[in-house]
Amino acid sequence: MAAAVPLAVLALLLLGPGGWGYAEPLRDSLREELVITPLPSGDVAATFQFRTRWDSDLLQEEVSHYRLFPKALGQLISKYSLRELHLSLTQGFWRTRYWGPPFLQAPSGAELWVWFQDTVTDVDKSWKELSNILSGIFCASLNFIDSSNTVTPTASFKPLGLANGTDHYFLRYAVLPREVVCTENLTPWKKLLPCSSKAGLSVLLKADRLFHTSYHSQAVHIRPVCRNARCTSVSWELRQTLSVVFDAFVTGQGKKDWSLFRMFSRTLTEPCPLASESRVYVDITSSSQDNETLEVNPPPLTTYQDVILGTRKTYAVYDLLDMAVISSSRNLNIQLKWKRPLENGYIHYQPAQDRLQPHLLEMLIQLPANSVSKVSIQFERALLKWTEYTPDPNHGFYVSPSVISALVPSMVAAKPVDWEESPLFSSLFPVSDSSSYFVRLYTEPLLVSLPTPDFSMPYNVICLTCTVVAVCYGSFYNLLTRTFHIEEPSTGGLAKRLANLIRRARGVPPL
Amino acid sequence: MVATSFLSQGVTAVAGLLLLSFGSLATSQIEDQAEQFFRSGHTNNWAVLVCTSRFWFNYRHVANTLSVYRSVKRLGIPDSHIVLMLADDMACNPRNPKPATVFSHKNMELNVYGDDVEVDYRSYEVTVENFLRVLTGRIPPSTPRSKRLLSDDRSNILIYMTGHGGNGFLKFQDSEEITNIELADAFEQMWQKRRYNELLFIIDTCQGASMYERFYSPNIMALASSQVGEDSLSHQPDPAIGVHLMDRYTFYVLEFLEEINPASQTNMNDLFQVCPKSLCVSTPGHRTDLFQRDPKNVLITDFFGSVRKVEITTETISLQPDLGIMESSYKEDRMDEDLIEPLKYAEQLPVAQIIHQKPKPKDWHPPGGFILGLWALIIMVFFKTYGIKHMKFIF
Repeated sequence: MAAAVPLAVLALLLLGPGGWGYAEPLRDSLREELVITPLPSGDVAATFQFRTRWDSDLLQEEVSHYRLFPKALGQLISKYSLRELHLSLTQGFWRTRYWGPPFLQAPSGAELWVWFQDTVTDVDKSWKELSNILSGIFCASLNFIDSSNTVTPTASFKPLGLANGTDHYFLRYAVLPREVVCTENLTPWKKLLPCSSKAGLSVLLKADRLFHTSYHSQAVHIRPVCRNARCTSVSWELRQTLSVVFDAFVTGQGKKDWSLFRMFSRTLTEPCPLASESRVYVDITSSSQDNETLEVNPPPLTTYQDVILGTRKTYAVYDLLDMAVISSSRNLNIQLKWKRPLENGYIHYQPAQDRLQPHLLEMLIQLPANSVSKVSIQFERALLKWTEYTPDPNHGFYVSPSVISALVPSMVAAKPVDWEESPLFSSLFPVSDSSSYFVRLYTEPLLVSLPTPDFSMPYNVICLTCTVVAVCYGSFYNLLTRTFHIEEPSTGGLAKRLANLIRRARGVPPL
Repeated sequence: MVATSFLSQGVTAVAGLLLLSFGSLATSQIEDQAEQFFRSGHTNNWAVLVCTSRFWFNYRHVANTLSVYRSVKRLGIPDSHIVLMLADDMACNPRNPKPATVFSHKNMELNVYGDDVEVDYRSYEVTVENFLRVLTGRIPPSTPRSKRLLSDDRSNILIYMTGHGGNGFLKFQDSEEITNIELADAFEQMWQKRRYNELLFIIDTCQGASMYERFYSPNIMALASSQVGEDSLSHQPDPAIGVHLMDRYTFYVLEFLEEINPASQTNMNDLFQVCPKSLCVSTPGHRTDLFQRDPKNVLITDFFGSVRKVEITTETISLQPDLGIMESSYKEDRMDEDLIEPLKYAEQLPVAQIIHQKPKPKDWHPPGGFILGLWALIIMVFFKTYGIKHMKFIF
C-alpha cells in the first residue's frame, strides 16, 4: 500500500511534465514571404521577408534557450537594453520614377538606427559598443560609426514598435555611405534565418544572382510588437528583409518574361519545416489594365486584394504549406509572361559611328488626345581632334532638327481633288484618306557648345620650350664646346687701304 | 625439496617473464617519447590571411588571399579561427562583369570567393595598426570575437600576406608600409606572450624574402615567392575580366593544396619545391633555421588543416528538459494578462507635437582655456596702458 502510493505519485510526476509539454504553446513562430512585383519599366522586383516573433520578454527574464530567434541578436537585446534596432545594407538606388514607390527603401551604404530603453545610463557608450559588435556579426565596417557620423534626430525616426514614451535622447542614427554590400554580408544574414538557406524561400538566396541586380538591400529590424489583439503583453519581432530589382536587359536579355529560375537560378521545392506560414505573392494588378495581360503560370489557387501604398492591388498567392501547390512536379517555378496585343508601334534605331555616320532614330507612336508627350535622348559630349574644329569653335556645333510626320484627323471630311483643276497649294501632299491630312513639321536645330581647347597653347608651348632650350641649354653648350683662338688681325681689305690713304692725306693716324 | 626447487624455478620464470614485459613496455615508452619529439604538439589552428592592395588592377592579390582562404577552410579550419583581411572589394566592384565572384583560373573555372565567405577586416580597416594589433592581441575591448586572434601557446598559426612589396617593406593600401623589423618584433611579442606554438609565414610579393630576413623568434618557418632583387610575377590575364587573375607562386601553391586532403601525409619539403624557377620565373625561398623540427617531419595539415581533439566515450548521457522555467513562465503569462492596460504603437509623424516641442536647454559649459586666455590678455593690456588706477572703478 505504502509502496503503491509513491508509485502512483511517481507516475503522475512522470506524466505531468509530459502533459505540460504538449499543452504549452510554441514560444516563437516564423513566417516567410516573397513578393514579386513586375515594375513598369520591364524590370522585376523581389522582396523577401522573414519574420520571427518571440513571445517572451527578454529584458525581464533570464533566457537560456533559443529556438528560432537567433541567439546572437537575443543576447544583444538583453545586454545593451535595446528597444529597437534597424540595420540595413544597400547597394544601388531605388528609382521611384521608373519603378514606382518601394515597400521599404534604404539609403545606399549602411544605415543603423537604434532606440535604447529608458534604463540605459550612458547611451553613447552603449551605441559605440553595439556598433562594434554588429560589425563583427555582419562582417561590415560598422565600427567606423562614432560621434562624427552619429546624430540624434529630434522629430523623425519615431519607434516603429510599441512605445510608451519617446524621449529622443535614447535614439541614435548613423549612415555609412561608403559601405559595400557583398556575399560576406549576406552569409551571416542567412545564418540568422532558422532554415538558413536549406529549405523554404531561403534556398533562392544565392549570392551570384542576388548581386547581379540594379538594387540590393538587406535589412534586419527588431522591435517589440503586440502579442495579441488586446495588446496586453509584448513580443519581440525580428524581421529580415531583402529587396532586389532584376534588370530587364542584363538579367532578362531584353525579354519581359520572368520566372523564378531565370531570376534566382533555383526553384522552390519545399517550405521551411519550422515556418508557420510560407507564401509567395505575385503582383497581377496590371493584368486588367493597359491592354497588357500578365499571365502567371502555374495559375494561382487564391488571390489577395488590398490597398497598398495608396492604390488597390491584386496579388496571386502561392502557399507553400498547401500541398496542392507543390504537389505535381515537386518544385514550384512561377513564370510571368506578358501577352502583348499586336504591336502597333515601331522603333528603328541606328547608332552613330564616329566620323562615319550619325544617329538615326525613327519611332511610330500613337499620341493620346489632350496630352503632352515628351521624347528625350541623353547624349554625351566628346572631344574632337584639334583639326576638326572650325575656325570659330566657340560658336558651337549644330545638331540637325527633328522631323515629325503626322497624320492629323481632320474635322471636316475633304474630298479627293484632281490635281490639274485645284489650286497648287492644296496639292502639295497626296491625299488618300479624306478623314485625315498629312503634315510634316520640323523642330529647331540645336546648338551645342562643345568643350573647346585653347588653340593658342601649341604656340605658347613652342615659344616657351624654345626659349628655355636656347637660353639654358644653348648657353651651356656654348660654354662647354666653344674654344677660343687668338686671331691675327687681318691686314685689311680694299676698303681699309683706301681709307688709310685718305687718312694719311689728312694727317690722321691710320686704322 | 623437489617441490621448492620447482617453485623457485617457476618464480624465476615468472620473474623473467615480468622483466621482459617491463622491458618491452619501457622501450615502447621511449619510442613514444621520441616520436612525440617529431610530431607537433599543437591543439588548435589559426590562420591570418592578409591582402594589402587596393584598386581593381590588384584583383590578383585578393584572388591570392581568397584561394588560400578556400584551401584552409576546405582542410578544416573554421571561420571562427580565420582572420581574413581584404583591403578592397573585388567581388561586388562595379567593374566586375560577374558580380559576387572572384576567379583564380581563366575562363572562370574556379570561383574562390564562394558562397560562404566571411571577411573580418575589409576595405579601410586593413591598416598596419590593425594588423599588428591582431597579431599581438592588443585590441580595444569592444572588438568582436571574429576580429580577434585568440591563440594560445598550443596554437599553430598560418600567416599569409600578399600585395606590393620591396626590399624590407610591404605596402598597405598605397598609403603606408610595414617593415620587416616591425614584423619581426611583432612575432617576438607573440612569442613572449606565448601566443603561438609554431608559426608558418608565407609571403607573395616582390622581393618577398626580405620580409623574413629579420625574424629572430623561435619556431617560425617562412616561405617567400621571390628573393631580394627579384620581382614576383603574375600568372595569366582573363580577357573577359580584363585583369591578371593570380600571381604565379600562389597559383602553383593553390594547385598543390588542391591535392591535399585532411588525412594527407605530405610534408613541408614538398611545399618548398612547389614553384621552381622554370614556372615561377622568380626563385622562391624559405627559411627554417628558427624552426625546431625537421621540415620533412612537418605535415602540411599541421598549418593548413585543423586539429580537433576528439575523445570518444561510450557512456550514455541523457539530457533533461528544463521543466522548471517552462512551467513558471507559462503561469506568469496567464496572470499578467488582466492587470496591464493595452500598449500602443507610437505615432510616426505627430505634426502638432513636433511643431510645439520645446528646444532642450543646452548644457552650460564653462568657457574654454583659449577664451579665458584671450580675455586675460585684453584686460592686462588695458590696465598696462591706462594704469592701475582704473581698477577701483571696476571692482
